[in-house]
Amino acid sequence: MAATADAVLAELRERVSAAHRTRQGLRLRGSGSKDFYGESLTGEVLELRAHQGIVDYEPSELVITARCGTPLSEIEAALAANGQFLAFEPPAFGADPSIGGVIAAGLSGPRRVYAGAARDFVLGTRLLTGDGELLRFGGQVMKNVAGFDVSRLLCGSLGILGVITEISLKVLPRPRAEETLRLELPAAAAVESFNRWSALGVPISGGAWWQGSAWLRLSGAPPAVRSARERIGGEAIDAASAQAWWDALRHCQLPLFASRVIWRLSVPGAAPPLTLPGEPLIDWGGALRWYADPADDADVRALACAAGGTALCWRGPAPAGRFHPLPAALVRLHRRLKERFDPHGIFNPGRLLAGL
Amino acid sequence: MAEADIAAALRRFLPEDCVLSREEERRPYECDALTVFRQLPGLVVLPRTEQQLHQVLLTCSRLGVAVVARGAGTGLSGGSTPHAQGVLLSCARLNRILEIDPHARIARLEPGVPNLRVSEAAAAHGLYYAPDPSSQVACSIGGNVAENSGGVHCLKYGLTVHNVLGVRGYTMEGDLLELGGRAPDGPGLDLLALTIGSEGLLMIVTEVTVKLIPRPPCAQLVMASFADVHSAGTAVAAVIAAGIIPAALEMMDRQATAAVEPFARAGYDLTAAAILLVESDGTPEEVADQVREIEHVLRTAGASTLRVSGSEAERLRWWSGRKNAFPAAGRLSPDYYCMDGTIPRRHVGEVLQAIERMEARYALRCMNVFHAGDGNLHPVILFDANDPDSWQRAELFGAQILELCVQLGGTITGEHGVGIEKLNSMCVQFSPAERAAFAAVKEAFDPAGLLNPGKVIPTLARCAEYGRMRVHHGALPHADLPRF
Repeated sequence: MAATADAVLAELRERVSAAHRTRQGLRLRGSGSKDFYGESLTGEVLELRAHQGIVDYEPSELVITARCGTPLSEIEAALAANGQFLAFEPPAFGADPSIGGVIAAGLSGPRRVYAGAARDFVLGTRLLTGDGELLRFGGQVMKNVAGFDVSRLLCGSLGILGVITEISLKVLPRPRAEETLRLELPAAAAVESFNRWSALGVPISGGAWWQGSAWLRLSGAPPAVRSARERIGGEAIDAASAQAWWDALRHCQLPLFASRVIWRLSVPGAAPPLTLPGEPLIDWGGALRWYADPADDADVRALACAAGGTALCWRGPAPAGRFHPLPAALVRLHRRLKERFDPHGIFNPGRLLAGL
Repeated sequence: MAEADIAAALRRFLPEDCVLSREEERRPYECDALTVFRQLPGLVVLPRTEQQLHQVLLTCSRLGVAVVARGAGTGLSGGSTPHAQGVLLSCARLNRILEIDPHARIARLEPGVPNLRVSEAAAAHGLYYAPDPSSQVACSIGGNVAENSGGVHCLKYGLTVHNVLGVRGYTMEGDLLELGGRAPDGPGLDLLALTIGSEGLLMIVTEVTVKLIPRPPCAQLVMASFADVHSAGTAVAAVIAAGIIPAALEMMDRQATAAVEPFARAGYDLTAAAILLVESDGTPEEVADQVREIEHVLRTAGASTLRVSGSEAERLRWWSGRKNAFPAAGRLSPDYYCMDGTIPRRHVGEVLQAIERMEARYALRCMNVFHAGDGNLHPVILFDANDPDSWQRAELFGAQILELCVQLGGTITGEHGVGIEKLNSMCVQFSPAERAAFAAVKEAFDPAGLLNPGKVIPTLARCAEYGRMRVHHGALPHADLPRF
């Protein structure tokens, strides 16, 4: 297995070095489950799925290390066998993404604001750069401040700085107890409640609102979950239905996601309801708001800004770009980082930022 | 450029008392808490407003003058050691708490606000700021951002990077950067994560937005004794393997408990080779459950005695010994040198044994306190700075511990930073191409290389020199050291 992995890696290095020499753009691809994500897909496809396998997993260290092409399902199964999990609940969109893609996209599920984002769990990476160098950043330990935190920089970079070939992630034990409550509440009251409960120490691991119902997931020690349930009330949802609901939310499979145009707004968690027409799907206790088929592009961005957040055009035409525009000073920094990590601009050209 | 000219340029927009140029005024800034490295700064500047700070950067950038930022000066790696011809930019007067929003559970702070003051200000709302470095009474939030500071509770509550939502500040060129913020996961590269822990090399932070969390209503501490360090190490892994994430999981070896007990009177078991302090927090029911489990795991792992704190006073007394480990070292020895390597937890016992052998080799004593749950070691090497040979041995001793950490898959610094102290060790942990990547990041933010120059990233020449020195000391570095 190790020899095979080395051979696959050697071949990847060769492909990357050749592309670097000829200045051929490469489109990095794991399982392709996120081909819809990003500004544009250009370049020759560089398949990364073959570079797979869990390299190291020691449950008592709370760390798993895997090659980029390892299917998320394989990692989650290995963790589940030891009562552990990826607490940032990466979305799979009904497919089986590679762990490299999960980290390169940096997307997180319903636990995002309670347990942490993908980047919060990244401990180390190996990065294949344009000149064929294989670099190692971070490591397999919880605390590490040697050098800049390039590993976390790579999380969400959409592959524009190089190929993430290996990843070490912090994992956590599954909560001992978990319960889901549903409460009939208007959106504004739901968001207010999520925030208020959080300030009171209620062990929340998911706070969502959809079509008149607030969904609250409690996780933690059994006594803490029990007393929170008694305090909050609402309808207790059976485990299977609760799992189905949180899975659908996590993987973007609720009916709203069948819409033609979808906007994903990231706003401060306590922001009041936005004045967009139509009912949102709210996640992250209020910090993530999905809208389907709104009127026009400019309004959504302006509204997100007014609320202190940003808007991402998740699906549908995006003539002004999918991602929320960055201020000029940040664009300049992105450009300089890109030029230094990938001087010939071969990795995922234009996927994170037009012209980069 | 002469200091007088720089001072004149700065005084054009700064009040007289914001620019310190006389030697006796600059002297207090010559070092941080790692006092073996000293350098008198060319000038000390203490802006009172963000606008003044911005002007300082623009002026220094225009004049080509190096700038070193400083918070409270509690750093342990020489990260804010001044530049002889540069400006030492103190953020101490930018110390206002700008906002506390209890409903959104955030605080917006100027960089000079001391860490502990955030929790004190949030206490009225039942909230606090989780990262608690030992120096939290004094250390500033801006310094915490620069160092990605930890503390004894980061196993459960995370490091600075997990608790800071956003920063606002300026690059050396004077560009305003707002990274992160109250809305999670904004567009573009995660420059916030990159900036946290960047040791003042990338930007100067003028505002920090942090997450506040509810103060757990109850906490209890379990203290366990072990007859040998190896079984204490195994017990640490056993706690985690049992699916328990304690609020804190600390270890002290016999040298450390013996050093603190005479004046902290914590009640430590001085016959134990090592003790573990395991804290549980939450609701009273939650804590009772978890403490029972912790006791069970520790007993199974071979603890010789076990005690559970019976009162808040007792819990705090047990902690006081741990928190006074460094001052205790100061009583035992004229000077001490605190290391900060991190290793995978399973190697804790082996590393302690290796350190014991190094004590003999370098003829210096070393006491060990650990954030064991994080695998973060703080060996404290006792030496005498008045004896140059003693300091040289201490430095080599420390460097060897760090090399061992790297060999075991760990790192040379878990929370104290590289600064200038660990420049040589960076040559051991990172390849030339990796160090070049760090230099590339630095150039992207600060092309002129004026912000905290000479820190964190060793030059090629320095690493070549260090490599030669290591070979000089023996055919193989540390040939007597067993490899794991």
